[in-house]
Formats: sequence, C-alpha cells, structure tokens
Amino acid sequence: MMTLMVNGAPRELAPHSTVGGLLGSLGIDPRLVVVEHNRLILRDRDSYAMRPLNDGDVVEIVHFVGGG
Amino acid sequence: MATTLEPTLDVSPLIVGGREFRSRLMVGTGKYSSNAEMIRAIEASGAEVVTVAVRRVDLNRASEEGILHHLDPNQFFLLANTAGCYNADDAIRYARLGQAAGFNEWVKLEVIGDTETLLPDAAGLLEATRVLAGEGFKVMAYTNDDLITALRLEDAGAVAVMPLASPIGSGLGMLNPYAIRTIKSRLHVPVIVDAGVGTASDACIVMEQGVDGILMNTGIAAASDPLRMATAMRMAVESGRLAYLAGRMPRRETAVPSSPVTGMLE
Repeated sequence: MMTLMVNGAPRELAPHSTVGGLLGSLGIDPRLVVVEHNRLILRDRDSYAMRPLNDGDVVEIVHFVGGG
Repeated sequence: MATTLEPTLDVSPLIVGGREFRSRLMVGTGKYSSNAEMIRAIEASGAEVVTVAVRRVDLNRASEEGILHHLDPNQFFLLANTAGCYNADDAIRYARLGQAAGFNEWVKLEVIGDTETLLPDAAGLLEATRVLAGEGFKVMAYTNDDLITALRLEDAGAVAVMPLASPIGSGLGMLNPYAIRTIKSRLHVPVIVDAGVGTASDACIVMEQGVDGILMNTGIAAASDPLRMATAMRMAVESGRLAYLAGRMPRRETAVPSSPVTGMLE
C-alpha cells in the first residue's frame, strides 16, 4: 500500500492507483469537482484515468459551495 | 416575477469587462438555511451574477450534493470567489481552481488581512490582481473604501473594483458615502459596492451614490424571511439607481413652501 494526503488527511491506496480510480472509490462525480495533484490543477478530466498516483502525493479535491 | 427597469429609465445597462449584465444586484449563496430557500431568494432578487466559494469536498460525505446540483450555470453567471484567503498566493490558487471548475475566467478576488474585521489586505490584492489579470482573468476586486487602493487596482487590471459599504456580514450599511462617491467619480471601471448592506434602505442609499451595482449575501440570507428581503433588495437597487439618474433636489437648511404663498384668505 501507499499513503497519500487527500484533502488534508492521510489515505491508504493500492499501488498503481490513478486519480480516476481514487475519485471512483470515493463516489465522486469528476464533472463536479476540480482535482489538484501535487499543486498542479488537472484541467483535463479525461486524463484522470491515466494519471498515476504515487506514495507521498498530495491531492486536493474541491468543489463549489455557498459563499458570498 | 422579477421586473427590470424600462430601458428608457435606466439608459445604460451594467457592463463589466465587456459583458452586459441584466441586473445591478449580485448575490452570494452562503448562509442559507436550505438550498431550496437559497434558490427562491436568488430568483426573487433578479440577480444574474451569483457568487460561490471553492472548498474541499468533505470525503466523509462525498455523496453530499455540491451547490452545482442546485444552481444552473445556464441560468446564473457563477462568479467564484477567493473568500478565506489571507495572502496573494492562496487567492491566486483559489482563483485558478475556480476557473478550472469550468464556467468562466472571472473571479471575485478577496485577500483578507484580518480575521476579526475581515478587512482587505491592499498589498495582497494588488499583487494577486496583477498576476491574475496577466493570466487573462477578469478580476473583480473586493477592497476597502480607500480611493488610492481602488485606483491602483484599476491600474493593475481589475475589470471592476468592489469597495465595501462596511465589514463583511456586519449589516452596518454604508459607513462612508463620501469615500464611495469619490471612488466612483475617479474610476473608469465599474464600481460595485460589496459587503455591509443590511436592509433595503442601505441598498437604496448605496445606489443613490451613483455606483454601478451592489453585491450582497448576508443581508438577504440572514433576514428572517430571505425571500421577502431578496425582493425588497431588488426593488431598492432599482429604486436607488433610478433616484440617482433622476438627480435629487438640492438639500436646504430652510423650508420652502410647496403651496402658493399668495391667494390666502384675508
């Protein structure tokens, strides 16, 4: 297993996981979020399935919420 | 439900960054007790521009609906904000994340300088405005009511400058009409007053200063009846705009009779 920081908390993932796989395991619709991988914003959602995750990576998954 | 002013009455529509907007009232989406109440209030306000914030998805409740389940980007112009950012780098990061969410290149830029008053950090605002405008963002910059900062933000490339009426969420109304009027008289980009409007009369008085619009959130969301207050705010913004265009009578320190002083009975 490898350990990543996902939205500020450590999370264990199987080796060879991808961004797409992570979202799927979290039940998140990729169209409704933005993913930042090691401070790089992933603008192409079609690339999620191919983008590998590695031990120690930092992932942020954000969306729009109510605000002023 | 929402009425708009006759074009002959409000001769000039609001144009920001080359885009025409159908309402001079912009509203936030925070602090509502339910999404249904939020939508009803926003529709009653007649607003086209609706602000949203960028936050982490709660992974323990990932199936919880985000705000996009409720706000149709085709019905409203979604304006991402950088609320909660305390330095230029964070604000730039949030602006880019908001843009990547996929609607437009606009951002309501906030760089806050103090947790107690939530007053803006002028230096951080200027730095972030320069960077984001250079990347092609249309920056609407929330700022204090200081003329010099407003002028610098315009120079830095902001498409609108948004001075506060009073601190965010305070509902204190406009504390310094002179400062707001001065900013409006000196800037070429639109001036949208942001924050501090507590009730309809506040909104009306702000618009009577001649500014181009108002952005508010708490004034509607924290009212006991947001639907009624949203309606009142829509009318107040239109009312204040019309009164400004109409040109108010001069103030006098003495009375002047409205009825003829001649023709009185002996």
